Amino acid sequence: MKKVLEGSQAVAEAVRLARVEVISAYPITPQTHIVEKLSDFCADDSLPARFLRVESEHSALAALIGASSTGVRTFTATSSQGLALMHELLHWASGARLPIVMAEVNRALAPGWNIWTDQTDSLAQRDTGWIQLYCETGQEVLDTTLQAFWLAEKVNLPVMVILDAFFLSHTYEPVDVPDQEAVDRFLPSFRPKVQLDTQNPCSLSQMAPPGIYMEMRYSIQMAMEEALTVFPEMEGAFQNHLGRRYGPVEALECKDADLILVTSGTITSTARQFIRDLRSQGKKVGLLKVKLFRPFPAEAIREHLRSAQRIAVIDRNCSFGAGGIFAQEIRAALCPLPESPMVFGYIAGLGGRDVTLNVLEEIYRLTQDGDYAREESHWVGLREVSHAGK
Amino acid sequence: MPENELDREYMFSGHVGCPGCGAAIAMKFVLKALGEKTIMVLPACCWSIIAGAYPQSALGIPVIHSAFETGGAVASGVRAALDVKGDSETTVLTWAGDGGTFDIGFQALSGAVERNEDFIYVCYDNEAYMNTGVQRSSSTPYGAWTTTTPGSDWKKMRKKNIVEALVAHRIPYAATTSIAYPEDLVYKVKKAKWIKGSRFLHIFSSCPTGWGLPSELSVKIARMAVQTNIFPIYEVEDGLHYTINFMSKGYLVKEYFKLQGRFKHLTEADLDQIQEMVNDDWELLLRKASLSQS
Repeated sequence: MKKVLEGSQAVAEAVRLARVEVISAYPITPQTHIVEKLSDFCADDSLPARFLRVESEHSALAALIGASSTGVRTFTATSSQGLALMHELLHWASGARLPIVMAEVNRALAPGWNIWTDQTDSLAQRDTGWIQLYCETGQEVLDTTLQAFWLAEKVNLPVMVILDAFFLSHTYEPVDVPDQEAVDRFLPSFRPKVQLDTQNPCSLSQMAPPGIYMEMRYSIQMAMEEALTVFPEMEGAFQNHLGRRYGPVEALECKDADLILVTSGTITSTARQFIRDLRSQGKKVGLLKVKLFRPFPAEAIREHLRSAQRIAVIDRNCSFGAGGIFAQEIRAALCPLPESPMVFGYIAGLGGRDVTLNVLEEIYRLTQDGDYAREESHWVGLREVSHAGK
Repeated sequence: MPENELDREYMFSGHVGCPGCGAAIAMKFVLKALGEKTIMVLPACCWSIIAGAYPQSALGIPVIHSAFETGGAVASGVRAALDVKGDSETTVLTWAGDGGTFDIGFQALSGAVERNEDFIYVCYDNEAYMNTGVQRSSSTPYGAWTTTTPGSDWKKMRKKNIVEALVAHRIPYAATTSIAYPEDLVYKVKKAKWIKGSRFLHIFSSCPTGWGLPSELSVKIARMAVQTNIFPIYEVEDGLHYTINFMSKGYLVKEYFKLQGRFKHLTEADLDQIQEMVNDDWELLLRKASLSQS
């Protein structure tokens, strides 16, 4: 049934449809509408789950580590400072191979206080062993949240479903909310492979000396690789039962493009319009949207980008001292090509600054006119800055 | 099944506790009293090591090891999952040291108790970070040497009163007990088992390695802690009703202090001052107990 929903409500609808059994969360703007909606669902019994209103994000994830280890389907949601506080336990959840699903609303990190969108919070967690999926629309948020449970439980890794603050979390769009029966066919109830059980006592997450630790870590790497392999299977099942498909990446007009923009999140929607406009002027431009960031779909990215001359990667994030994070990863993915396209990195839209068609126009012009691709990212629309060391 | 429940064993040889480890004695009796329908949450502490390394375990019940500060939160999640599955029979037990309880785990414990999560939290208290090599915690008593309070910089602050902090939460059941009084320990664990909501047991667990004490004096020193009123044995129900379970004869604290290397730098004047502090604390406890009976 089509409903007009906020991105946050789309997350909550998916959690209800996934029949989550334990939710644990701590409020932070702009994640609050997710947990408020879930509280409503729990209160009116449309979602018969236990909701733990814990005293911090750290405890929110710790509680789910306990619940998931006891064999039930679990969910949390957070953002920015909350995600940073969870950092220790992000590693724990993946190391313990727990299929926890989290909605993470991309928000800028302090200081200064800024509640608006920025990807540095989630990308700073890229090495924690969580599958990361970046969303563009309310519909994609709902669908991806359902897919996240399928993936998590298939490969026993936690999954982050990531959506932009306000541009997605607080924006109303028409969203198709599927029937429970269709969702149940796509996502059967959770059957844990290991769990705490007094009939079959075992120790979980105990001391692992050098003789075994490395193999345990390798199994996480294997699970990540498996997630990439089963992604099409998951999407096939989703398409069969629910009729939509996104792909780990989406290529738009890339086949004959000389110049390809690479985006993630809601900037993609603006870029779609931009590409249409340029194509109508006869310019050979394409767009590659990256949805799956961990595991990184390097091969798919390479195939779509290999025949272009110039690539412009837009990063709403920064790894200080290295530059935009998507740009780094895409350069690495293109490295095996004998003749790699030039990759131009751009940092734009940090802390919720709008990335408009004009910004994309400037990025397009700089990429088109650039003699060579610089190693550092170009910050678009920057006002004059002096740094503290001067 | 042995006829006497105290004959059953859920802790086995092969554990790697030090000789005379009070925490090992505490574990043995607590598990006997709780029985097999128990799931243990084990945040970082000496017992993270004592239980043994993968793929072995000295414990015969399901155990989830967890991050240092998460004892209250992980247990909340285990309990919630058991409730969802309709299992009200299994007891959730958090087993934490004093660092994981008084210090880094205090927030998660306070949160869990405020929510009145249905679980038992045991703090086995050896009065410092023993697993990392005897560093000071907020449970370390006034006067003690540790590796981070060396020489003349011995600890000049009082030990945090963790039971009173939890009583302030109106916790349904909080009690102190000692490895030197196994009947009292088992009685309190069994009593706690049948109370709903949050339950806290503070077990005095001597540490010969960290206290500079011959291992054969481990139980004796725990008994002396009670007999000197340094560690009174009492229980508090619903955050209001105090019962003192052992009325000591008030032996002098210096007898307790002089057996332990961690206190050997203290002068007679220091010991006199500590005696006064112990007397004051005991008087305060007596007043609370009489207040709750009136």
